[in-house]
Amino acid sequence: MIVIEELSKRYGAYTAVDRVSFTVEPGTVTGFLGPNGAGKSTTMRMLVGLTPPTTGTSTMLGVPYSQLPNPGRTVGVLLDASAQHSGRTGREVLKLGAMVMGLPDSRVDEMLAVVGLSDLEAKRRIGNYSLGMRQRLGIAHALLGDPEVLILDEPANGLDPAGIRWMRGLLRSFAERGGTVLLSSHLIHEIEVIADELVVIGRGAIVAQGSKDSMLSDAGTLVRSLDQASLATALTDTGLAYSAIAGGGLIVEASAEQVGMAALAGRVVLTELKTGGSGLEDMFLELTADDARVESELERVAS
Amino acid sequence: MRTQVADPPVTRQAAVDIATIPFLRLVRVELRKMYDTRAGMWLLIAIGVITFAAVVLFLFFANARDLTFTNFVNVTLTPQGFLLPVLGILVVTSEWSQRTGLVSFTLEPNRKRVLLAKVVAVIALGIVAVLLLLGLAALGNGLGSSLQDGNGSWSFGAEGLRNVAVLQLISVLGGLAFGMVLLNSAAAIVLSFVLPTAFGFLFGIVTSLKDAAPWIDLGTAQRPLFDGTMHGDDWAHLLVTSVWWVVIPLAVGAYRVLRSEVK
Repeated sequence: MIVIEELSKRYGAYTAVDRVSFTVEPGTVTGFLGPNGAGKSTTMRMLVGLTPPTTGTSTMLGVPYSQLPNPGRTVGVLLDASAQHSGRTGREVLKLGAMVMGLPDSRVDEMLAVVGLSDLEAKRRIGNYSLGMRQRLGIAHALLGDPEVLILDEPANGLDPAGIRWMRGLLRSFAERGGTVLLSSHLIHEIEVIADELVVIGRGAIVAQGSKDSMLSDAGTLVRSLDQASLATALTDTGLAYSAIAGGGLIVEASAEQVGMAALAGRVVLTELKTGGSGLEDMFLELTADDARVESELERVAS
Repeated sequence: MRTQVADPPVTRQAAVDIATIPFLRLVRVELRKMYDTRAGMWLLIAIGVITFAAVVLFLFFANARDLTFTNFVNVTLTPQGFLLPVLGILVVTSEWSQRTGLVSFTLEPNRKRVLLAKVVAVIALGIVAVLLLLGLAALGNGLGSSLQDGNGSWSFGAEGLRNVAVLQLISVLGGLAFGMVLLNSAAAIVLSFVLPTAFGFLFGIVTSLKDAAPWIDLGTAQRPLFDGTMHGDDWAHLLVTSVWWVVIPLAVGAYRVLRSEVK
């Protein structure tokens, strides 16, 4: 379990992280979502003691990270897969980690197998690794000490779709066995498939948090039909509020079931009906619109 | 590709029940990090080769009557002392330049222990370098008397041993200190060569500074160590200049490493 309380980081007048508080429960995968420069990495560095917070505290399993006697055995951390000596081999990086944590060499081989790095790949120097290979190595390093908590910063970055699916399986089984996972991403699609809890951060402050399902239902229902005018009438008749979106669909502030019933009553053929209609992506852009850099510009141009 | 890490549940042992990382283990890891990269390995090889080359060159090109153990030691001290600071520098700067500090300081959040392990590792390697130097000098002197009909004198004594050890350890620790202050490999290597040279040059041409030189310039203060003429005042000079060149940079560097943000 990770408990974060009122964590802030200020650099002079600039506030990178502004009183962030949230809890990551065991057995869940929590996605830490936000645009570039929103303060995700700074928050994660503060969790593991690399960046001293200006104010606030955080604990892992009830203990501040810096008080853990052999942190690698409790908390697996991957902050930047590229932060490795380019002249070192992949196996050597794991070997050094195993040495510090006091683990046998066999653990290195096990982890290489878990992340699917072949013997030949493990003997190559990291300078020759693709980003995807570095991520796999970084995940192997995080899992090395058989930890209870995982903290991963943008772990899906550079992974191909198969790799992302693989990581989803890995993290899911880790959480199902009682592990605690916090992972960050600026890509909603990645996190949508992996996380069950979401914490959305924009310009240093949390803008939304909750379970993925509840956030999706908050985002309304997307519906498309063959006859949009009749659908709109049907919705109005049932007393459901809606708004039109680009591409001919409607976003209804109601559950998919309510929308379906309304359509049935109005005898309208639906071609699409989806909870979280605007999708996490739109919601994400909306929530962070004031804070994002390019996104808000794009929105302005589009509207 | 397996998707399961292991079958048993993740939660087993209270975090605080796990033992602290033993200090010697950290030292062993730091030592290993000095030779497990291509750059580190080549640096160690270069230190060995340059020491060997100095002995060989002296053996074949020096005057036969100069072929003594002390002289063999003296001609290898400078070339080896050239590379030892680089060793000290890279031990700490690679954590920043290559950003491995992100992992090192996450696995052991107590940065003081990591730094101390680096100091111990660097001193250990300095001692190995001194032993290598003495061994090769002895070999040279032996070959000198048999092949070149050299002088072959072995007079050296505990004092000589002490002088050599002090010189090379100042060298390697000075490098470490420079590295810790600058946290950048290139800058630290360049400055660790340029600064002492510039000081030597300054004190060489400005004659009015002659009296101050042994209190400020490391090269001047170290000369009696090379010459084997260390006396009372010389130790005071060496101590004071070492404060400027090693102790203060180490303190400033430690402050930087302990306080700075690792990114």
